[in-house]
Amino acid sequence: MSLVRPADVAVAANAEVDARSSELCAHCGAVSGTDETDPQGHRFCCSGCRTVYAVLHAEGLNDYYELRERSGAAPRAARTTGRSYEELDDAGFLERTARPLPKGLMVIELYVEGVHCSACVWLVERIALTVDGAVDATLDIGRSSVRLVWDPARTRLSAIARSLDRLGYPVHPARGSAAELLRRKERRSLMVRMGVAFAAAGNAMLFASALYGGEFTGMEPQFVTLFRWLSLAVSLPAVLWSAWPFFRGAWASLVMRTPHMDLPIAVGILTGFVGGAVATWRGQGGVFFDTITVLIFLLLVGRFIQLRQQDLARNAAEMLHALAPARARRLEADGPHDIPADALLVGDQIEVRAGEHVPADGRVVTGESMLDRAWLTGEPLPDAVGPGDTVHAGCTNLRAPLVIAVECAGLETRVAQLIARVEQAAQRRARVVRLADRVSAYFVLVVHLLALLTFIGWSFFDLWRAFDNTVALLVATCPCALGMATPLAVTAALGRAARQGLLVKGGDALEQLAGARLVVFDKTGTLTEGRLELVLWEGPLDIQPHIRALELEAVHPVADAFVRALPAGTTSEVTSFTYQPGGGIAAEVAGRRFRVGSSRYFQERGLALPDKLERTLAAQVALGRTPVLIAEDDQIVALAAFADPLRADTVQSLRKLHALGLELAVLSGDHPLAVAAVAAQLGVPLRFVEGGISPEGKLERIEQLARNHRVVMVGDGLNDAAALSAASVGVAVHGGAEASLEAADAFSTHPGVNSVRLLIEGSRRTLSTIRRGLVFSLAYNVIAIGLAMAGHLSPLMAAVLMPLSSLTVLTNAFRARTFGGQT
Amino acid sequence: MSILYIVIPLALLFAIAAVVGFTMAVRGGQLDDLKTPALRILHDDVPLRRGAGARLSDKSADAAPKV
Repeated sequence: MSLVRPADVAVAANAEVDARSSELCAHCGAVSGTDETDPQGHRFCCSGCRTVYAVLHAEGLNDYYELRERSGAAPRAARTTGRSYEELDDAGFLERTARPLPKGLMVIELYVEGVHCSACVWLVERIALTVDGAVDATLDIGRSSVRLVWDPARTRLSAIARSLDRLGYPVHPARGSAAELLRRKERRSLMVRMGVAFAAAGNAMLFASALYGGEFTGMEPQFVTLFRWLSLAVSLPAVLWSAWPFFRGAWASLVMRTPHMDLPIAVGILTGFVGGAVATWRGQGGVFFDTITVLIFLLLVGRFIQLRQQDLARNAAEMLHALAPARARRLEADGPHDIPADALLVGDQIEVRAGEHVPADGRVVTGESMLDRAWLTGEPLPDAVGPGDTVHAGCTNLRAPLVIAVECAGLETRVAQLIARVEQAAQRRARVVRLADRVSAYFVLVVHLLALLTFIGWSFFDLWRAFDNTVALLVATCPCALGMATPLAVTAALGRAARQGLLVKGGDALEQLAGARLVVFDKTGTLTEGRLELVLWEGPLDIQPHIRALELEAVHPVADAFVRALPAGTTSEVTSFTYQPGGGIAAEVAGRRFRVGSSRYFQERGLALPDKLERTLAAQVALGRTPVLIAEDDQIVALAAFADPLRADTVQSLRKLHALGLELAVLSGDHPLAVAAVAAQLGVPLRFVEGGISPEGKLERIEQLARNHRVVMVGDGLNDAAALSAASVGVAVHGGAEASLEAADAFSTHPGVNSVRLLIEGSRRTLSTIRRGLVFSLAYNVIAIGLAMAGHLSPLMAAVLMPLSSLTVLTNAFRARTFGGQT
Repeated sequence: MSILYIVIPLALLFAIAAVVGFTMAVRGGQLDDLKTPALRILHDDVPLRRGAGARLSDKSADAAPKV
């Protein structure tokens, strides 16, 4: 391996080219802008790109660049984490998620971040060649998941994961792989049914065209009989096997006494088949085998498209879910070890570093830090914690490492119980009877009454003609177009919505959104930015650069807000910086002694507030803002107030929602004063504004509202998750907690509440598309019923009319500008 | 026209063969992922699927980047 490889020579030859573009990142081609370089003088935009570039060259994998160029995909900056991935080697984890293969091999599915083009496929699948012990890697780029086969005797899973990470593809344990297996099984069985139905329909059509031709030009009776028996034979598997889901659905609809589209479909297919069989056996009367087999095939295609679309949204949700780390760092005799959070036991000691999530409920043993509980409570300000304080899973540690003794782990944590309530709420929610199913309830009734009338009417003349005409009526009205109108319109709309970054998990959600009356918003992170901004500064301006320099040292949302808002100065020498008990910091900046803290902090130290600042303080507190005082030496000199500002588009979006005729409301876990202050800025009438509500309280409130209205809940945090699943439609906005993504029926990849407006407008347009489709197909049915009752509906006419109506409905569904027409 | 008695069964046999083939392809997972294989076809060098024991050093030497 020490020889110069041709690949390296090629790199040398490329040096001139590189020199010209030396300002660009050698890996991703972005403008470098940093001083990341390697010994050869290549420039990079980030350390991720540098790592990947080095690894690719060291491993002789530089074909990647050529492949990427050929694939035409835009290069992206690489991200590496440099993690140990130790938690993937945990025996319990492997037992749950990996499966053994023959010869002692193991197989597991992992989510891969950052795969987007053909070259990524190549690079990821190469891992089977570059890592000893990795046997096979198969990437599914649509689901961003890789199926890895490895030999546990030769390598550890973490070693493979580290290699992928170094190539710029961090991996995550896949969640819900059992559910995915079930879905795959369902998809496969549907595909086989489709294949069988297609073969049957194709052959039945061939025989039917021979029969239709024979009707006009004459055909020997023995061949007519032959072709009829043959088409009966070929449609048998389609009716018995392919159409099975419709019969099952129809049976369920009868048992549950809920109308469902499957019922008229099953009746149409069955009567068509039985009627045709009788006609074949008698040797006279019309046969509809071609029509019913095509119908089965088309309906299955509609179902399949619908299923794929739903999987798309689910996969996106699961992918986001998997990105959240579910690992813990357990302190053991020989040092810290990464393990899956599920494997934690009560009494374990875990370390949580700054910037990490707390993986379990417990009590702080050592360390002092600030905890961000926003996801759990909706409260944007972090709390100080020290030894003996209780911490909950899902909080983020902001400042310093904490050692925590685990008291509740896994399903016992408050978060897990909240998630359990999410599931319960989702189950309790009443099943939605879809528009198409409601229509089909009347449809079934009317059609069957008319069929009965036809039979009775014709039976006065001729019993067999009565039978034939009734069969013709039931086949022709078998709601192929009706059955496809909704799924196709919904599928087309969901696809359009997904391209807009709005992922909707099912057609039910669209119908509910279209009929929504009340929209309830969470505050923090949904209506507002979810971070503090400086809104008021009272005091001398010349100390601002000093305070900024001081706050640069601190880790706290208020400190970040100070740094963002205050001007940078030349003085930046900060000495003797200390965090003080009670929520304050002290330091010397350029020789001047400053202290910054809450009013409580200064009260405890007996520092008096000047009258003027006292009045400002009271006013700011009444506005729900967060005041911070600044003292120089022992004199309080300035007051800064912070608030979580509204997002730029919030007011406009809410105004448009109001114009759409929706009632709006705010439900938040933050302090009532802060919530009221935000509500006052919205500028639209609100049905109610409530603050200080616990996650459980939100759930109850929404359940109570959902009993009388169609309620849309919009939120982002874990504290909203239960409420999201209890609402008629839960909408999670960008940046939300993974549990809220799971609970939501729709989520947006863009921040802000404008997506709610887009969703509601799009859903309304979708529903009118559905209605139009239903009208088209009902019109066709009226014609067919008229012809059949008059005894003029021949099998040939049915064979022409049915695809015509399906085509109309299809065009209607796919031409409609549901989402993203004009925004 | 009695040729029909031979041709039609023959045609049906073909149809059955096609359905069986399709079913095998579906069961074998060939149609689970419709996106990645289209990208994989661009990789013309290494037999990735049979990757078990093969090492790549020799292979990557053959496939030196064309400048």
